[in-house]
Order: sequence, then C-alpha cells, then structure tokens
Amino acid sequence: MPDKEKKQGTSISRRSFLKGVGTGTVAATVAPSVLIGGEKAADAQEGDAVASATIQLNINGKPYQVEVEARTTLLTVLRDGIDTSGNNVDLTGAKLICDRGECGGCTVMVDGSLVYACMMLAMDAQDKQITTVEGLADGDDLHPVQEAFIQHDALMCGFCTPGFVVSSAALLSENTKPTLEEIKVGLSGNTCRCGTYPFIFDAVKAASKKM
Amino acid sequence: MASWGEASESRLIGKRIPRLSGRDKVTGKAKYTFDINRPGMLYGRILRSEIAHANVVGVDLSEAEALPGVKAVIQIVEVGNKIRYQGQEIAAVAAETDDIAKDAIRLIHVDLEELPHVVTEADAMAEDAPQIRDDWAGNQSNPNVREEGDLEGGFAQAAVEVEATYHAPVQTHVCLETHGNVAEWEDEQNLTVWASTQGVFGVRNDLAGSFNLPANQVRVITEHMGGGFGSKFGPGVEGRRVAELARITGRPVKLMLTRKAEHLVAGNRPSMTQHVRAGATGDGRLIAYDMKGHGTGGISSGAGFQAPYVYDVPNLRTERVNVAVNVGNQRAMRAPGHPQGAFAMDSLMDELAEKLGMNPLEFRRINDPSEVRQAQYTLGAQEIGWHRRNSVPGAGTGVKKRGMGVGSGQWGGGGGRGTQARVTINSDGTVEAVTGTQDIGTGIRTAIAIIVAEEFGLAPTDIMVTVGDSGPGLPSGGSGGSQTTASVAPVIKTAAAAAKQKLFERIAPQLNAPVGDLRVGNRTIYVVSDRTKTIKWELATGQLGMDSISEGGEWDEELRQGGVAGTQFAEVEVDTEIGEVRVIKIVAVQDCGLAINRLTTESQINGGVIMGLGQALLEERLMDALTGRMLNANLEDYKVPGTFEIPEIKSIVFDTHRKVTGIGEPPCIPTPGAIANAVYNAIGVRVRELPITPDKILTALAEKKA
Ligand code: FES
Ligand code: FES
Repeated sequence: MPDKEKKQGTSISRRSFLKGVGTGTVAATVAPSVLIGGEKAADAQEGDAVASATIQLNINGKPYQVEVEARTTLLTVLRDGIDTSGNNVDLTGAKLICDRGECGGCTVMVDGSLVYACMMLAMDAQDKQITTVEGLADGDDLHPVQEAFIQHDALMCGFCTPGFVVSSAALLSENTKPTLEEIKVGLSGNTCRCGTYPFIFDAVKAASKKM
Repeated sequence: MASWGEASESRLIGKRIPRLSGRDKVTGKAKYTFDINRPGMLYGRILRSEIAHANVVGVDLSEAEALPGVKAVIQIVEVGNKIRYQGQEIAAVAAETDDIAKDAIRLIHVDLEELPHVVTEADAMAEDAPQIRDDWAGNQSNPNVREEGDLEGGFAQAAVEVEATYHAPVQTHVCLETHGNVAEWEDEQNLTVWASTQGVFGVRNDLAGSFNLPANQVRVITEHMGGGFGSKFGPGVEGRRVAELARITGRPVKLMLTRKAEHLVAGNRPSMTQHVRAGATGDGRLIAYDMKGHGTGGISSGAGFQAPYVYDVPNLRTERVNVAVNVGNQRAMRAPGHPQGAFAMDSLMDELAEKLGMNPLEFRRINDPSEVRQAQYTLGAQEIGWHRRNSVPGAGTGVKKRGMGVGSGQWGGGGGRGTQARVTINSDGTVEAVTGTQDIGTGIRTAIAIIVAEEFGLAPTDIMVTVGDSGPGLPSGGSGGSQTTASVAPVIKTAAAAAKQKLFERIAPQLNAPVGDLRVGNRTIYVVSDRTKTIKWELATGQLGMDSISEGGEWDEELRQGGVAGTQFAEVEVDTEIGEVRVIKIVAVQDCGLAINRLTTESQINGGVIMGLGQALLEERLMDALTGRMLNANLEDYKVPGTFEIPEIKSIVFDTHRKVTGIGEPPCIPTPGAIANAVYNAIGVRVRELPITPDKILTALAEKKA
C-alpha cells in the first residue's frame, strides 16, 4: 500500500521560514556592519541560510563580540552565545518560553523599547543599546520594580518574572502613575502560568510610588 | 508532644514573609535547568511524529549524522513498532548549537505507514471506530461501577429531579519552563543531571535504574524550577535520552522540550463527560444520584473524576469508563479529577436548588457535611455581597448582565513520612538547613527558613537553605498531592529543635542555669527564670569551635494534618451581545491549616483561582479529527489567563488549626463551578460545557430566545 506511506522528512516551520526570510533582508540591508566579520560576512551577502558573521552587541552597557548566523535571534545570543574569547554571554534572565512572540518571557529593552528577544534577529540588534533584566539594578541597588516584586511576592516559580520585571520597568518609565487598567495593558504582552498577576499589579503600584 | 505553639507566640510563623529566592528571581540570576550552561555543552533535540497512528517502516539517520556540528544521533522508536500519538519520540540528536540540532532533526527521514486514528472521544466511541488498544473493546476500559444505598428508593422520595450532561475538555499544564534536563557524565560511573522536576529523588532513582548505577552515583539538581503542576515527576523519555546522548558524546547535553512538544506529550488533565440524573426531597435533601460518565487520558487510562463531589448523597450509582484516543497521555494536573468533578457537581446543585425554589447556598448548607465549609459559606457570602445576586437568574437589564455563583472543594494534603533533613549550627553563628525536597514555586525554601529561624530567634535570611539537590543524600518525596510542606515542615522543625537542644546543653553551664530554663530571644539565648542572664547568638555559637552542631529531624504526626475544605464565590459580567464573560471578583475562602508563610499562601490561592479561571473560560486542547493533530499546541491558540482576564481576587487564608497542611492544589477546585453558576445567575441560561466561551454563551442565549 505505497499510497498510504507517508514520508516525514524535511519540513519548514513558520518561524524557520520567517527567519530564513530575515536572512535575505539582513544580508542586503546591514551589510556594512556584517562586513566586520570579513570572509564570513561575504557568505552572508550571498544569502546563505547558515552564513555567519562576527558582530558586536551592546548589552547592559557592555560590548560583546559574538559570532552569529543570519538566523540567530537576539535571545539565542543572550542565553547561549559564546563571545569571541570563548566566554559564555550567559545572560539567561530572558527566558525562552514560546519561541514565537506570544508570552513575553524573553522581554528585553532595545533602545528603550520593549522587544521580544525571540523575535529579533541578533544582527538587527547591532548599534543599539540592549538592556536585559540583569542590567536593571544599579549594582546592589535593585530597581524599585524589582524591590516591589520581592516585597509583594509577585513571583512564584519565577520563570516569567524577568519578563514581567522588564515590562513593568518600561511601563513605569513612560507612565509613573499607571492605573490598574493601564498596568494590565502595559503587561498584557506577558504571561504567567503560576497566576501571580494580582501581586504583580500590587507590586507595580507600589513601585510607582517610588518612581 | 511537639506543637507549633500559639499564634501569639510566633514571631515569624504565620506572618507575611518575602521569599528567599526573590532577589535571584527578579534580577535574572536564578538558574533554572533551562539556563544551565556547562563548558562544552551540546544541545539536544527530539524528532517527533506528526502522524497520530502509524507503523514505523524505516528510519534513516545518515544524513543527520553527516551534518557538520552533529555529535550524536540516536533512534528511539524501532522499525516495526507503532506510533500511537502525535509527538511520539522517533529519534534524538546532540549538536554544537541548538540551530544545528534543529537542522539535523529535519535531515532524519522516517517512513511511516499511516494507520486509521481516533483523536476525539466521539470518534473513539463510534460503533465502527478503528480499535486502537488491543486490550480494550470499543476503545473503552471496563466500567468502574459504584453503588450505595437504594437508588430507585431514593428517586421515589425525590420531589424534584434534574437530568443533564456536563463536559470539561482536556486541559494542558503549560509549564512555562518546558520539561527537560542537562546531563553530564563525570566518568563512566557518575552522572549529574540538572532536571526541571518536581521530584529530584524520583528522577535520580529512575536514571540510576536506567543506567544500572548505584543511586548515589547519580546526582540530580533542581535549584529553581519553572512550573510543573503535576506533570514533572520522572525524567521522561527526554531525560533518559539526554543522559544517553551525553554518554555517547562524552559532553554535557541540554535537551529541553519545545513548546509544541510540551503540549503534545508532557501531560494533560483528562476530559470529563458525565450524564447525571439526580433528585432532591422537597425539604432540600440531595437524595439520589445516578451518573454515567467517561473521559480520556490519551492512549492510557487515568481519566478519573470525582462524582458526586463533597455533598452527601445517600443513594447513588456511578459508572465510569476511560476512552482511548491517539493523543499524548495524561499526567496528574493540579488536584487531579477534582475541578472538573466540582464544576459538574456545583452546576447540578444549582440546577436542583432552582427546581426546589431554594437559594443555592441554602441548598448547600443542608447537604454539605463539612463544618469548615459551613463557616466559609457565611464568610464568603458576606465578602462577595451574596444578597446582591439576582434572585431571578437573568433578571438584570441592559447588554451587560451580572451574576453570582458559588462552588466548593475538598483536598487531602496532610503530608507523610519519608523526608530526611539536617539542621547545622556553625561556630560563626550561621545556620544551614538541608533536605532533598524541591521548590516548584510554592516557596518551601522560605518556609524551611521561617521554621528554623523561629526556632533559633533568627531572621529567615540568616538561614542557608539547600533544597533541590540529591547530592547530600537526604531524600524527600516528590512535590505532589499538596504534600510538600506538610511532609517537610515537621522534620525540619524537629531537626531545628534537636540542634537547639544541643546548643543549650553546651551553653547552660556557662549561664549557670538548667538546660530546661534556656530560651531563644532575638538573636540571643536567655534564662527564663533570670532574664538578666543572656548570651548573644554569635557568642553562644562561637563556643562550638570546630565542633558544629548538626542534627537530623523526625516525622511527627502531631505537627501536620490532612483535609482542607474550600469555598469560592464568583461575580461575573456577561456581555450578551458578544458573549464575553468577564469575571469581576472571586472570593476564595481556603482552609489552610497553619499557614507557615501567609504571603506565599495567598500567592498559592491566587494562582489556583487563576488556573481555575482559565479552565472555566479559556482552556481547551483542540484535536483535529481528520489529521489527528493538535490544533493549538502553542501559547497563542491555547489561551491561558493573561492580565486582562484577572479579576479582583480576595484570597482568605482560613485558619482552622495550628497544624501544617498543603494547599497547592485545592484553590483551583471550586473556581470553574463558581464561575459557571455565576454565568447562569447573570443570563438565566446554563452552559454545561467548559470552557464557557462566547460562542457557547451566544448559542445558549439564542436557544433561550427561540
Ligand atoms: S519566548 Fe519570546 S515571546 Fe515567548
Ligand atoms: S511565576 Fe511561575 S510562571 Fe509566573
């Protein structure tokens, strides 16, 4: 019954397709900075899906030289990246949860705007200031949002917490006295399965009093 | 006899104390399994079947093996074996990067001979359905029948009867940290695994068995864990295979499930369908209950549910079967069997009350044997303003109609033996508490610190707590059944008390007082008969020199108690034009025993309510009958509660005694029933199927009009 046989082989998921498309765009539009990578960047210009290049990312005020493929996301660099001297970037605060822009677990700030790091290509994050949850505190002094999250128990398992903390900090930087409705709108891009929302709302309100 | 003392004597226990892991969690420093980066670590991925039912004809790994960067490819399913659900494991790879692993997966070629599948219960129960289990006829297990009293006699006494069918679909756990592990072999004989698990010792023992190693040569570490809800006990196929990949490659390997796989194979709450006929006497006694129901736990069994639930019924007959479908298996999910059973029962109670012309709360009071819930009904009704509810359901005017409902729950959670713990006082005054439990987000780490700090007159932050590591060899059970705190707390308490006793024995001569007269105060030890005699904590411990005190603890039956009752009241607003239900407020009155930490206890109640709200209004695993695939295996189409869905939640920690019990699960039980009843009270038409989505509301309203 050959007609009943199905081959399950190569398949393209929506996201690998998107990232593939991204490849072409990146190679075409950001070629000058990609060229830092020399030879490898030349590969990228040809639009090869696995072309790689060395780029610089500014994360929490610190420069990182990392080799990336055109398809590499910013989140992959933060979590799994190894810099050119062989050190792990190891900024694992941003989490990989849905891998498609649905949960906010990977939220970071790029030039002050909230970004889902799983949906941004690393190459597109060059020449920008990237702030992750690790970069919010000022040395030992926590950001008021972080302090309030602890005091109000706005976390249980804590896996969603870095995303919520970054989103809350961004919300308060734009609106220092948000109403409950505004908090709900501001944090609507983040998901928590443990159900910490009521205490997150309390924490953001408390933090807003300290801003 | 050991006791937790009076509330008035407690400095810390029962207070609101921020959790110890807070700082690490808000700064991103907390390392979950998903975050572990080991030197030279490879990334693992699993190729899974997209076909729900098939014979495996061939698997070709060669192209994947040839891809640069790929370090190992292993076949999981044998040729000639069957695939029985979408997501079943076919092969696994380990590669230098996750992207290469992803590429490699695509280069594995699999020939499957597709077999007819059934993925919905209706299809599975149809007469000409393909048979997918050799051991079951008609894809159904043997019925489980229970009979009590005299059913027909009961119905003969009934003044009113209700006959209805209630349904709750499959719900998935949606742990935000997917299942997974990082495995690293130190040598041929020693394996370390970072595991996202609710049971470090269970995973250790399983892996030790799989690799034929003495248990103490496997170390399992779970410092932080991103949600389990009952689905993360064993290492699973992925855990055993990642250890195998690490062994073959000689390098650490990380393998975390994808979001899609998490929905497909990492467990789910079984569905429930029940057809009930029930009767009540004219004076409001539930008298007869006849239920025939089924549910599916996937290809396996385990689709039980509670029916009847919490209320007394003297005459009953229930009959239940498991239905097999070609879908990934169920696993325990927060209060297994309870929320769906409670939803059906509380809906039924309201339907009967209405036929009797009785206030549903009054009807519950007559039939609920729990004294605790009787008191909770009063408190909850006051708190929500029960008198404001529509006395005639659907009586409100306008497009948006409000209503109120009530629901109930019951759980065990009394803990048990099997935990070992050690409390150590060092000469520099530091204190360590070690046990092999794990913090799955409930805050057990902080609870342990509170108990020890209370015993020693210290602050919780003074206590260094180690949990989530099998290395110290102090076992504790898996975190399931809301048993963790009640299992661990007595052992920690007795260990701390024993260590304190040892310290007192060392210090007593110096204070020139009998050991029995020593007490702890705020960072001091003093003599109760002569309060001028005191010694600072650090000075006292300083006498220990190299001789630190380290004591184990014991299980103490007197320090814990099982059995928790809960009641919830919901107020909702239904938009009768678009069919949307908005929950305005939930009052959750939750029996908690002795809440060690009131703050994290409230968090647990909030979390349970919100998960229950998701079950009531949003969550449903959707299977496509034709292709056999899950349609919403992501976080966009499988909707869990987000900020907009969150009502005002009044979590009431209802203290009934001074013994520790567990409350991780019970607060999610009464919510769906309370919300469903509130919806009915708002619009006067009943939706008997979860989740209560706008289409169902609009259909019900249209049918009422017609
Ligand atoms: S992981 Fe990026 S939004 Fe979910
Ligand atoms: S705290 Fe666990 S997912 Fe939000």
